[in-house]
This record gives sequence, C-alpha cells and structure tokens, in this order.
Amino acid sequence: MNLNALWEYANPLKFMRTTERALPYFAVAAVVCLVTGLVWGFFFTPDDFRQGSTVKIFYIHVPSAMMAINIWVMMLITSLVWIVRRHHVSALAARAAAPIGAVMTVIALATGAIWGQPMWGTWWAWDPRLTSFLILFLFYLGYIALWEAIEDDDTAADLTAVLCLVGSVFAILSRYAVNFWNQGLHQGASLSLDKQENVADVFWYPALVSIAGFVLLFIALVIIRTNTEIRARRMRALLARERLG
Amino acid sequence: MMPDLGKYAEAVLSSYAVSILLILVLVVLSVRRSRKVKAQLDDIETRRKHHGQG
Repeated sequence: MNLNALWEYANPLKFMRTTERALPYFAVAAVVCLVTGLVWGFFFTPDDFRQGSTVKIFYIHVPSAMMAINIWVMMLITSLVWIVRRHHVSALAARAAAPIGAVMTVIALATGAIWGQPMWGTWWAWDPRLTSFLILFLFYLGYIALWEAIEDDDTAADLTAVLCLVGSVFAILSRYAVNFWNQGLHQGASLSLDKQENVADVFWYPALVSIAGFVLLFIALVIIRTNTEIRARRMRALLARERLG
Repeated sequence: MMPDLGKYAEAVLSSYAVSILLILVLVVLSVRRSRKVKAQLDDIETRRKHHGQG
C-alpha cells in the first residue's frame, strides 16, 4: 500500500467527495451496531453476581470512556499533521472531533457517577482516573473555546494544536491512571486481550458490538462535522474576499 | 420482555436515558449545522457566479 496516496486527502474537495460517498455505509453500520450491542446488553445478558443489574451500564460506560480518550489521540495525530505539513483538512478534522469527544467524556463521567452511587456509595471521588477524566473534559472545553475565540483559522489551528499536545498528558493519564497509582476507587481495565483477565464472554461479545457502534458513530459524525468545517472555512474565505472588494 | 433490574432500575435506566439523549442531541446538532452551512455556502457561490466572480 502506498502511504503517500493518503496525502491526496489533504485536498478538501477530494476528502469531501470520498468521505461523503462512504458516509451512508458508516452511518447505517453505526446504527446497526449500536442498537444490536445495547439491546443485546440490556435485554439479553445476565446480572453480575456482585454488581447486579448495574453491570448493564458497562455497555455504555466502557465504549464512551474509550472513545473519550481515543478521540483526543486522533486529535493529537491530526494536530501534529497540521503542525508539520500545514494541511487544513487535518486541523479541521481535529476541530470537528472535539465536541464529539466532549460528549463522550460527559457520558463516561455521568454513567460512572450513576453506577458509582449504588456500588461505591458516592457519586464522585477524587480518584486518579476520575480526576484525570474530569481534567480531560475541561481540556475538551478549553480546546473548543479556543477555536471559537480566535478569528484567524490558521492561528486558531496553531494554538489549539499546542493545547492538544499538552492535553495529551491527561488523555494518557486517564487511560493509565489506575496502573500508575494503585489507589482510588476505580477498578482496573475491564477489558483485556488476555482471556483470563477479560470479562466473561457473555458480557464481552455485546460490549464488543457496542464498542464497534461507538467507533462507527464517531467516524460518521466526524465526517459530517469535518465537511461542515471545510465548507464553513470556504464560506469565511469567500466573504472576506467580498469585503475586500 | 423488560428485564428485572431490581433495586438498581433507576440507575440503569437513567444511564441509558442520559447517554442516548446526549448522543441524539449531538447527531441532530451536527446534521442541522451541516445542512445550514451547506445552504449558506451554496447561496454565496450562486451569488458570486451571478456577479461573475466565480
């Protein structure tokens, strides 16, 4: 595979044409996987012997938490592409992904709090993972606000790319906080490629379908939102040209 | 059909309700803004074409 061919998608028109053709497939696959995973998890899986029926929250909490972290990683990669190669599509893709990541972080925090109340006896604890997740959410808000606050697109892309680099520390901390600090309420990773450590198959398969649904939903949304940002950027450029006469 | 969620029914149902609501709001807002920006850009490009600014 010729990796250099990927740079062709730095052309906004080529990017939009290709992604808009692929969008219906991603959207349909996302709906199918999300509905299947959540219905399967909610209706057709047993209760856990310790957590009771709250284990059903797992099918939303784990995929949304994974997406919250991985979307920031995607933003980091596209921001680096912007810094190094100055491709506008990559900067706009990072901008487009941020609100999706923020919503995923809110879902993870909210479902975690709702689960924590009956299981831990508290909605919230200043536990390493919870705290780093909250900070990650604040970084998402800061990132979105910074894009909105700066009028010049290239300056905004530069500054948000730097913010994204700094915030990556918290994205990594959110993922590995449980391993770094052996304290706090949050348990270790529920999912593992090691069959001995992974959750039982009866929980694992619907979780896998739900995770696929969240990933596909993200791809569909990021396509819609990136193409919107590309159009909005062109619109701003045309209006600026009109103003100049 | 509805599983017996026992004493945790409120927690489980509210988790699903909050999450599905947030996802739907995100999807609706993304699609709505996409349509709005597309229409605005089409307007501007049509106007420029009529004024021969291509």
